[in-house]
Amino acid sequence: MSWIDLGPLDAVPERGARIVKTRAGCIALFRTGPDEVFAASNTCPHKGGPLSEGIVHGRQVTCPLHNWVFDLETGEAQGADRGRIATYPLRIVQGRILIDGNSLAVDRAA
Amino acid sequence: MTQKLVVIGAGMASGRALEHLIEAAPGAWNITLFNAEPRGNYNRIMLSPVLSGEKSYAEIVTHDDDWYARHGVTCRFGQTVERIDRDRKVVIGTTGEVPYDKLLVSTGSSPFIIPCPGHDLPGVIAYRDFDDTEAMIEASGRPGARAVVIGGGLLGLEAAAGLRLRGMEVTVLHLAGHLMERQLDAAAGYLLQKDLEKRGITVLTRASTKEIVGGDRVERVRLEDGTELPADLVVMAVGIRPAVQLAKEAGLAVGRGIHVDDQMITSDADILAVGECIEHRGAIFGLVAPLYDQAKVAAQTLVGEAAAFTPKQLSTKLKVTGVDLFSAGDFAEGEGREDIVYRDPARGIYKRLVIEDDRLIGAVMYGDTADGNWFFGLIKEGADVSEMRETLIFGPAYQGGPAQDPLAAVAALPADAEICGCNGVCKGRIVAAIEGGATTLGDVKAVTKASASCGTCTGLVEQVLAATLGDDFAMPTAQPICGCTELTHEDVRRLIKARGLKSQPAVWQELGWSKPNGCHVCRPAVNYYLLADWPLEYRDDPQSRFVNERKHANIQKDGTFSVVPRMWGGITTPQELRAIADAAEKYDVPTVKVTGGQRIDLLGVKGEDLPAIWGDLNAAGLVSGHAYSKGLRTVKTCVGTDHCRFGTQDSTGLGIKLEKRLWGSWTPHKVKLAVSGCPRNCAEATCKDVGIVCVDSGFEIGVGGAAGMDVKEVEPLVKVATEAEAIDWTVAFIQLFREHARYLDRPYKWLGKVGLPWVQDTLGDATTRAALVERFDLSQSVYQTDPWAERATPEARRAFAPLADLTMEAAE
Ligand SMILES: Cc1cc2nc3c(=O)[nH]c(=O)nc-3n(C[C@H](O)[C@H](O)[C@H](O)COP(=O)(O)OP(=O)(O)OC[C@H]3O[C@@H](n4cnc5c(N)ncnc54)[C@H](O)[C@@H]3O)c2cc1C
Ligand code: SF4
Ligand code: FES
Repeated sequence: MSWIDLGPLDAVPERGARIVKTRAGCIALFRTGPDEVFAASNTCPHKGGPLSEGIVHGRQVTCPLHNWVFDLETGEAQGADRGRIATYPLRIVQGRILIDGNSLAVDRAA
Repeated sequence: MTQKLVVIGAGMASGRALEHLIEAAPGAWNITLFNAEPRGNYNRIMLSPVLSGEKSYAEIVTHDDDWYARHGVTCRFGQTVERIDRDRKVVIGTTGEVPYDKLLVSTGSSPFIIPCPGHDLPGVIAYRDFDDTEAMIEASGRPGARAVVIGGGLLGLEAAAGLRLRGMEVTVLHLAGHLMERQLDAAAGYLLQKDLEKRGITVLTRASTKEIVGGDRVERVRLEDGTELPADLVVMAVGIRPAVQLAKEAGLAVGRGIHVDDQMITSDADILAVGECIEHRGAIFGLVAPLYDQAKVAAQTLVGEAAAFTPKQLSTKLKVTGVDLFSAGDFAEGEGREDIVYRDPARGIYKRLVIEDDRLIGAVMYGDTADGNWFFGLIKEGADVSEMRETLIFGPAYQGGPAQDPLAAVAALPADAEICGCNGVCKGRIVAAIEGGATTLGDVKAVTKASASCGTCTGLVEQVLAATLGDDFAMPTAQPICGCTELTHEDVRRLIKARGLKSQPAVWQELGWSKPNGCHVCRPAVNYYLLADWPLEYRDDPQSRFVNERKHANIQKDGTFSVVPRMWGGITTPQELRAIADAAEKYDVPTVKVTGGQRIDLLGVKGEDLPAIWGDLNAAGLVSGHAYSKGLRTVKTCVGTDHCRFGTQDSTGLGIKLEKRLWGSWTPHKVKLAVSGCPRNCAEATCKDVGIVCVDSGFEIGVGGAAGMDVKEVEPLVKVATEAEAIDWTVAFIQLFREHARYLDRPYKWLGKVGLPWVQDTLGDATTRAALVERFDLSQSVYQTDPWAERATPEARRAFAPLADLTMEAAE
């Protein structure tokens, strides 16, 4: 694994999100708790809504366009909706957010 | 000794039959239940709300595994019965045979598929079961996906509305000249079509499908007249056929459906049949109400009780939220038949009654169906209506007696008046249930099944509860806010004040929220209630706001934003216009539009440019127009005495004063105002949340208007003599609304609940009014700030930009 430092934890508001640009498109970082951040695709599989603009609750995010709800641990859409967003391994070390660079590359190859 | 009962088909009819049977003779039967679908019984008619996203599958399951286990029903789900061997008395399923003493056939019906070329392509489906619903939901998930629904009857339209709500482009093809021609006449069909078109659904009538074209999947639908419609999904909803194959092969007497007698017994004394698969005295069935009657009779027959099925008149409703239609009886034109028609084109209301020999024989209503059940009752009774002929169309309220009040009307209904059409429950049974101890809607539902199917009669059942229990019944004014709590909006508002809850965690904790930090439904509401009630103590939480309010701009469908600067009272200057033009050029704004609220909208601004464009506009003295907020939007004005020869007062000036006083305030829903200089009303003040019309002697303030999904004229609140009083009343009204309304209710909705007289009484008291104004101003001391200025700082700018840019990295 090759961990890339994305920035300080505090740059992402609690129950909020920020985006990271990658070659494969935007990834959203969701801060679900004081020390808990998830990384997932920023693009809703329904109609491409920007998930980082959604409301974060529990370990879930609600898409701002038509209210699909995604579980940030599995990436699965909840309830009757069917769809999945890619999720990426992430670590928090001494208040910094680190993402696994390989996962970004692998995902692209897949 | 227990007898062996085998049931073929776990559908709505057999489900009900099993309930009756188990209740009447618990343990007397050893039951095996086959179902071709890999699941047990669910409320099939609620598939439409599942499709539209208003309900989840779990909510419509009527019998879960636990129920079957508790009643010792052996379930063979996902197993189709292939043959019935009547000599050996066994049924042969996909995984072996099961012997029976009695057999109940309830195989329902199969959707009819037009055998045109291409009907078997992937992507062509019917609308019958959960799998079809899932397939539609999945198809709607593809961006830009298009659906063609063949058939503009009940099912087709529910499918079309659901798919449209999920974002698909939908076209409905209908062979007849108007929609739902079996239930509606042409006028009502037209109104329905107009309503659906307003939702963005394309309707083609007299459209005959020639073929469905595609390679591995459906691609297009070609009509007889040569029209071609691109399609990723084709839903065929052109009718159903009783599923009789199995019965036919077993040698039972079968016509259109499986022949049964009044006891639901087929031509074989040990085999009964119920539901859409049967034919009874030449009739077949397609709605649940008669099936439930059949189910009851079948259960009684099985336990040896005398019972007979008698067909009844049926009424129809369409389960598309926001569309109100009702039809019952026979409404074809004919010799000796007379029509009474009432139309209100402005409100889209149409009612037609058909009378023959002084009896009502048919009713069609669109737009306002409140009296539907009353008319339906008259049709079923065959009552002589000659006495009330003149006023009949106006409904029960006009038939002598002061029955204007809905509660009084319900109280006056006779015991045999039908309340729940699906389950055939009359008022008498509900009253009996209440007298037997039922005190809530849930109790009544459990005991009588009233409102347990399509749910449209829920309000009526509650009124029966209220009329019977009097003060002991608290009319539920609202549903729980969401799945995180049992409490309604009103409860939460009250408890926040009563218990002094001043933060979101305090609300979650003290009021027992079931989720750690709520969900996207309750968080924005609670955030609003807290900031409205505790302006000094509570801090607004941006993470509990919908994206528009967090970004202070309206998100567009492509993820860009729109920017609307305020123009006080619709007045601007050359210098402001120049600044707007410069910004539009500098940030490549693709669309510049004049809005209905007398200002200019810059559409298509990229998210990361927002702080910069705000900074530029701010520098020219422009501030946010809050065109995105649940707050004050605009105050529209006419030119008034300044320029107009009719003007009686300075309407522009008053508008500007009001906008300067009210801007920046958060309200339960958006609030729009207007001030017209005279009753010619050029500012359209009579359809605003607050509209002021100036007259020679002063100012007429109207409230509760709207011109959105609902169009409403304002109701007069008060007339005052001076401008200062007009401002005071307006501010006090808005504060009262802020303190009492539930989140996402516009003033007219709120007024509908609390009543204008209460508002007039409250505001009429000068002390109360002054206190409201004071509380409003206190809140403004915190919240009247320009969000653009606050977010034009370098630090805020960074928050709008990506946290990191890895496009150069991780490429190895
Ligand atoms: C989307 C939709 C909306 C509707 N809306 C309304 C409404 O608003 N109001 C209303 O009154 N009605 C409505 N209906 C009609 C109503 O759902 C039906 O009248 C009712 O479900 C019929 O009940 P049933 O028990 O006869 O058949 P079903 O409920 O269809 O049950 C039959 C079951 O038998 C199974 N089966 C068939 N053959 C076999 C076999 N050989 N072996 C094993 N199992 C078998 C089938 O898989 C099915 O599960 C609606 C229907 C649909 C599809
Ligand atoms: S509302 Fe009356 S005063 Fe205002 S512009 Fe129209 S006519 Fe003139
Ligand atoms: S785009 Fe996300 S729910 Fe529609």
